[in-house]
Amino acid sequence: MSTTLQPRLTDIGPPSYDKFLHPLVKKNYGQWKYHENLAPGVLCHVSESGDRIYTVRAGTPRLTSIQTLRLFADLADKYCGGYLRFTSRNNIEFLLDDKAKIEPLKKELTLAGFPIGGTNNAISNVVHTQGWVHCHSAATDASGIVKCVMDALCEHFTHEDLPAKLRIALACCLNMCGAVHCSDIAILGVHRLPPKIQHDVLPRVCEVPTLISSCPTGAIRPKTVNGKNSVEVLEEQCMFCGNCYTVCPAMPLADPENDGLSIWVGGKVSNARSAPKFSKLAIPFLPNNPPRWPEVVEAVSKIVEVYAKHARKHERLGEWIERVGWPRFFQLTGFEFTRYHIDDFKHAGLSFARSAHIRY
Amino acid sequence: MADASNGKPKTELLDELEKGPWPSFVKEIKLACETSEAPKDLLGQLELSYKEKKGHWKHGGLVGVLGYGGGVIGRYSDLGAQFPKIAHFHTMRVNHPAGWFYTSAALRTICDIWEGHGSGLTNMHGSTGDLVLLGTTTDQLEPTFQELAHAGFDLGGSGSDMRTPSCCVGQARCEWACYDTMKLCYDLTMNYQDELHRPAFPYKFKIKAAGCPNDCVASIARADLSLIGTWKDDIQVDAGEVANYAAAGLDIQKEVCSLCPTKCMDWDGKKLAIENHECVRCMHCINVMPKALRPGKERGAVVLIGAKAPIVQGALLSSVLIPFVPADELFETLKELIARIWEFWDEYGKSRERVGELIQRIGLPAFLDGIGLEPAPEMVSAPRDNPYIFFQNVQGGDK
Repeated sequence: MSTTLQPRLTDIGPPSYDKFLHPLVKKNYGQWKYHENLAPGVLCHVSESGDRIYTVRAGTPRLTSIQTLRLFADLADKYCGGYLRFTSRNNIEFLLDDKAKIEPLKKELTLAGFPIGGTNNAISNVVHTQGWVHCHSAATDASGIVKCVMDALCEHFTHEDLPAKLRIALACCLNMCGAVHCSDIAILGVHRLPPKIQHDVLPRVCEVPTLISSCPTGAIRPKTVNGKNSVEVLEEQCMFCGNCYTVCPAMPLADPENDGLSIWVGGKVSNARSAPKFSKLAIPFLPNNPPRWPEVVEAVSKIVEVYAKHARKHERLGEWIERVGWPRFFQLTGFEFTRYHIDDFKHAGLSFARSAHIRY
Repeated sequence: MADASNGKPKTELLDELEKGPWPSFVKEIKLACETSEAPKDLLGQLELSYKEKKGHWKHGGLVGVLGYGGGVIGRYSDLGAQFPKIAHFHTMRVNHPAGWFYTSAALRTICDIWEGHGSGLTNMHGSTGDLVLLGTTTDQLEPTFQELAHAGFDLGGSGSDMRTPSCCVGQARCEWACYDTMKLCYDLTMNYQDELHRPAFPYKFKIKAAGCPNDCVASIARADLSLIGTWKDDIQVDAGEVANYAAAGLDIQKEVCSLCPTKCMDWDGKKLAIENHECVRCMHCINVMPKALRPGKERGAVVLIGAKAPIVQGALLSSVLIPFVPADELFETLKELIARIWEFWDEYGKSRERVGELIQRIGLPAFLDGIGLEPAPEMVSAPRDNPYIFFQNVQGGDK
């Protein structure tokens, strides 16, 4: 390992954002007065000074090549002095001071295959994880399902035609690097079989006490196998979280035929109207069916369709379900309500219906 | 396996994902084949994953750059012989500029460095916020790091360290930001460089700064320490603009007042009356009428603690720790608070126990004692409803 660059630099931290701000942004920093939505994906922020900055937002696949980043850089040079940013949901935003350049930029982005939208009552881009592209613990791919779901729902990205904003997220295992647990619709990769313990490898690559303490349900116990320190799994206590595999590679639980997807609904992080809330289980299992995952696409599309048809304006998916009740949600979507929908982990009783309030 | 015309493998399944209106990651991987051999093998391995419904990455190994414990995620293929160009395919997390602002020049610099040293594939951005450089070999880590550093970029966090803090666009382009999220994010990042690069905690620690209760960075769901902007005084009302919204057809009673969670506002057809002391600062009315209503002028942030995804003991949302810190006191207050939290967590946290889980295990009252904060009613949705009280220091009685 050698480097020709001297001196060797460490701990310099990220570059200051100051260097990357559009002059209009710098001038009006902290002075913005209000904003208007000019079209789906197009915002206009107006400053106390009367200055206006225009934002054009487009969806990206998140997994982006340097070739495409250079294209974005070229577009930024051509239309907005080279100033751009990314959003917390993997959209790209171009910051323009010239209103006349909005339409030509939109046209070029669209032609290059990047849809304009994701603002207000639209579906924004899908926060997601690495999946088979780059993760060792994935129960499914991430980018592929996102692509299929958004192919089906792209019109709701480019049009603000839903009752409120709708956030979809995907995590390819329970580690939830995509933190999908507070999304309107969450797609979550799941395993359904206990780890297959590799007793020959385990003593060499894992610390048994760490492994035992990694299990949320205490299902892992020490056991001597062929004279070597290893573990056993009380299978009836395993809920397939994969945490043991995270700390010990000798506990793989991926299984091509039995891994799959679960669908969760009604979460939100915004404090608007109702408090932030977790997503709740809608469908416990759908098959892992690449390359187009038709079962997942159909289920997510169904939820969006039912929500769009029945919710009131400004109501997030979870707020609508709370108003009309979960029985109605299952009735309207046609999803089966099963024993898996009833929580039996910690504090499960908090989710039992503890009143006689029932809609008939 | 290779297609003779371009050296790329046959990818019948992945090719299906180049169809349709949404931008295609497969197209991106194919584009990256122009400048690197690695994406070709990535396509080959991914195609196999699609056929077998199974990932082909091994558990990460301990790789990194000299003197850092974080910032690089080791990744190895379990089919290294078949796909030698991705036998090592490590991820580098690059600490993004606050608010994810770039210039075209900065982006091109990153691209040029990555073209020279890696696969040419990126994530813009990773879940925690970092700019993710996806896939390089062990020998390229240090040179990539130093070229990045000489271009003004540093690595982000990974493992049991302070993860790269992130924030919303804040005052750079949002009228609702109740404090300068980007400055706070930058200042915190710079202040904790050692903690960010050298894992020394029981587990990860994430900080996210949102400028208002809309929480565009999902801090309440995703950060161990969530900072959410808010205000103490009255919502600013421009009565003329309220009337304009009504004249333009907005049903203020139905769309604003009746959706207010505390029903603190009334519209009589002419005047919008707000009982500000009953308002919980949820943002709904302001979101619907941004030209007419604005957060008050006495601005700051709520500090909340403990959010995380499910692993290990279940998902948590952050809960209130300090109901209000004035904007101009945030950085100093947080530095002191973070020091106390880390000290307590270091002492009492178990290995791989997030601070939220520690609080669940020992109880919020014990945590408050530990970090020296007084209990406040804002910290709970309601007082306890069980009588199992651990009374302390009761005098007298038979002993």
